[in-house]
Amino acid sequence: MAEGEEPEKKRRRIEELNENMVVDGGSGDHTDWQGRWDHVKKFLERVGPFTHPDFEPSTESLQFLLDTCKILVIGAGGLGCELLKDLALSGFRHIHVVDMDTIDVSNLNRQFLFRPKDVGRPKAEVAADFVNGRVPGCNVVPHFKKIQDLDETFYRQFHIVVCGLDSVVARRWMNGMLLSLLIYEDGVLDLSSIIPLIDGGTEGFKGNARVILPGMTACIDCTLELYPPQINFPMCTIASMPRLPEHCVEYVRMLLWPKEKPFGDGVGLDGDDPTHIQWVYQKSLERAAEFSITGVTYRLTQGVVKRIIPAVASTNAVIAAACATEVFKIATSAYVPLNNYLVFNDVDGLYTYTFEAERKENCSACSQVPQDLQFPPSAKLQEILDYLTENASLQMKSPAITTTLDGKNKTLYLQTVASIEERTRPNLNKTLKELGLVDGQELAVADVTTPQTVLFKLNFIS
Amino acid sequence: IDNYDFCHNRAALSSGTERLTCNSITLLKCHFGLSVSFTTVVESHPDNALEDLRLDQPFTELKHHVESYDLDNMEKKDHSHTPWIIVVAKYLEKWYSEHNSQLPKNYKEKEAFRQLIREGNVIHHIPRILTNENGTPEDEENFEEAIKNVNTALNPTKVPSATEDIFNAEQCENITSQSPSFWVIAHGVRDFVRNEGNGKLPVRGTIPDMIADSDKFIKLQNVYRDKAMKDAAVVSKHVEALLQSVGKPPESTSEQEIKLFCKNAAFLRVVRCRSLAEEYSVDTFNKDEITSCMDSTDSEMVLYLMLRSVDRFYQQHSRYPGVYNYQVEEDINKLKLCVNSLLQEYSLNVNVKDDYIHEFCRYGAAEPHTVAAFLGGSAAQEAIKIITHQFVPFNNTFLYNAMSQTSATFQL
Repeated sequence: MAEGEEPEKKRRRIEELNENMVVDGGSGDHTDWQGRWDHVKKFLERVGPFTHPDFEPSTESLQFLLDTCKILVIGAGGLGCELLKDLALSGFRHIHVVDMDTIDVSNLNRQFLFRPKDVGRPKAEVAADFVNGRVPGCNVVPHFKKIQDLDETFYRQFHIVVCGLDSVVARRWMNGMLLSLLIYEDGVLDLSSIIPLIDGGTEGFKGNARVILPGMTACIDCTLELYPPQINFPMCTIASMPRLPEHCVEYVRMLLWPKEKPFGDGVGLDGDDPTHIQWVYQKSLERAAEFSITGVTYRLTQGVVKRIIPAVASTNAVIAAACATEVFKIATSAYVPLNNYLVFNDVDGLYTYTFEAERKENCSACSQVPQDLQFPPSAKLQEILDYLTENASLQMKSPAITTTLDGKNKTLYLQTVASIEERTRPNLNKTLKELGLVDGQELAVADVTTPQTVLFKLNFIS
Repeated sequence: IDNYDFCHNRAALSSGTERLTCNSITLLKCHFGLSVSFTTVVESHPDNALEDLRLDQPFTELKHHVESYDLDNMEKKDHSHTPWIIVVAKYLEKWYSEHNSQLPKNYKEKEAFRQLIREGNVIHHIPRILTNENGTPEDEENFEEAIKNVNTALNPTKVPSATEDIFNAEQCENITSQSPSFWVIAHGVRDFVRNEGNGKLPVRGTIPDMIADSDKFIKLQNVYRDKAMKDAAVVSKHVEALLQSVGKPPESTSEQEIKLFCKNAAFLRVVRCRSLAEEYSVDTFNKDEITSCMDSTDSEMVLYLMLRSVDRFYQQHSRYPGVYNYQVEEDINKLKLCVNSLLQEYSLNVNVKDDYIHEFCRYGAAEPHTVAAFLGGSAAQEAIKIITHQFVPFNNTFLYNAMSQTSATFQL
């Protein structure tokens, strides 16, 4: 402003400037200012040589995006914050977000929708508030819940689901849920029942983004072997033969804490409680000293207890951006979507690799083919349980096995309810023959990795 | 940084200016270039680093430590909790005696060596093979580990070529009082390699976790750790002498710096980038790279050429192609002229398909947020790499195509 400007002129100048500022739009203001969606419109209203074969330029596509298209974002953390921002700024207005977590101070370096004052509040709610306040017209609806707490009527309402999760189990569940919504008529898939799933994942400097069309392209379970196995230290190492500082911390966490109950009966170890971590740290130092192991620090202790995997903000930005680009492409048919897996790594330079992950013919989640279980009749039920958990393509967590015997439903083994576990535990040591199972017997298996039971067929071998 | 600033900034560039430029995102493709004269990286954090175990040429302390084990006369419990490094070292001695002190070199020989370990103890009357409750033979886990690691544990210890290049670089050879500590220490390590190291880098000092009881593991770990410290101390002496010779105080490089350098000696990287001037000048631009990439007409290289052509369009018309709907059609020809003049000026005999010219007019300088976010995240991390000297920056032009979700890095 020029010095000595008349106050009235100054006031009008400030007003004009504010009119052009889009930052403080405020929620509830739905008027789009001139040129707001120009960038988006160029891809929706113009013909081009590389567009999707189904693409037709029209002014209605933008309206669909703004008024009708409904997107579900799973997770409001590192990827989720970026996803919500990307989608809101790309024109999507009807967005739901699900996250069961509350905000931790360690989130604040990259989950930029949150501020120090928000620590302790549900991520989904704070994220929704921020985006709604920042992007005029956007309506993000939060759900402070586990994905398993929502049912098919909820999920069915969305055009596209995009995940920014941090667990393979949750991914598999989401995958299974969308698969369960598929409608088959006379064995033919009703294409309108498909809800595309865009899945992003990051770990440090590595990340991936993939497009899944349930029932048509490779699903999460088709490529389960791509996920590296979780590293858990063997108990004998922890209990009697520690070598690394991590072994010492695990000893305190898994064996000493339950024994000494330092903060009272029934008080579990809380990784976010500094007094708890301090106790674990001191005890870990003692353990380490016993074996002349160096390297136990407070930071290492916290990392092991909370299973911290270092997160890099930029990786989340890149992967979320790739996912959001795919959401846009699919919602508008502007371009052919990614087919179907993108890998990113910027440890050394910038590297991407794009390939088509193939469907597995006998995928336990999406192939609709009952899974084959080959065992001799003399095998014990325990062996089947081990197979279900250890097999690389199944990787179940705590499967419950039921079958039909003499026309009645019988639970062979179930872990998740203590009384039933106790009652059915003896079955584990019985042979399949002793349990009355025959060749061709169908077993229904339920597990946390899938919302639907998986059918298996017993195939007796000698 | 806006596209059109490029031409103005070209003149202003001096050599050695560090510049990470993120090109204006005009469309569903974007590129950014890096022109830093060079950046040195000590902590490159490679993804799949091989261990530095020296099994092919054990240092004296390691040899003595291995000698202290008598596998044939150990209690079962000790035997199955002996670190696999010791197991391999012992069996290597046997192998040497039967193979003229030559390492197993190819698959066949390594397989024979693995077999030697499998059969091993049978000869010495101690049943190595345990049996489980069903009477089925099981191998001891530590011997399993030994067998599994034969593939990588017997690789000859040598200085990696990237590190050799650093040793041979001019900045390493000619240390002055202005030399950054990276080159001073590099020179010191080079002196070590050529003298006390006998052609080998200072011992790294770390070993992977393995099946073993705590005592055996810690003792073995300490053998490597102590040797690493000894080697680093020798390097320190060389560095001290070097600093003195150029009149710098010994405190110029810290013990910690030298230790870190020695630990990462096998992973050192230097990234040398050309300047924007070199990239743009008709005399020095990378014609070969552009021409060979354009053998495939849909290579990401065509996006680079299009972006350069759009630059020209802006220079000529003071606007971008196709911003308004009525311009799209007529700008196609105008943009084509820019493409052709670019190719002509640089004598590039390549084919830029009309489809791309049409596509860039269609974009009308649009900047979709998600494309910007992808590039923004990438560029930010590259800047952090350069500032922190950790992890390796790209070199030097990165093109991202959001339509196909592919990318490429070109050295231009």
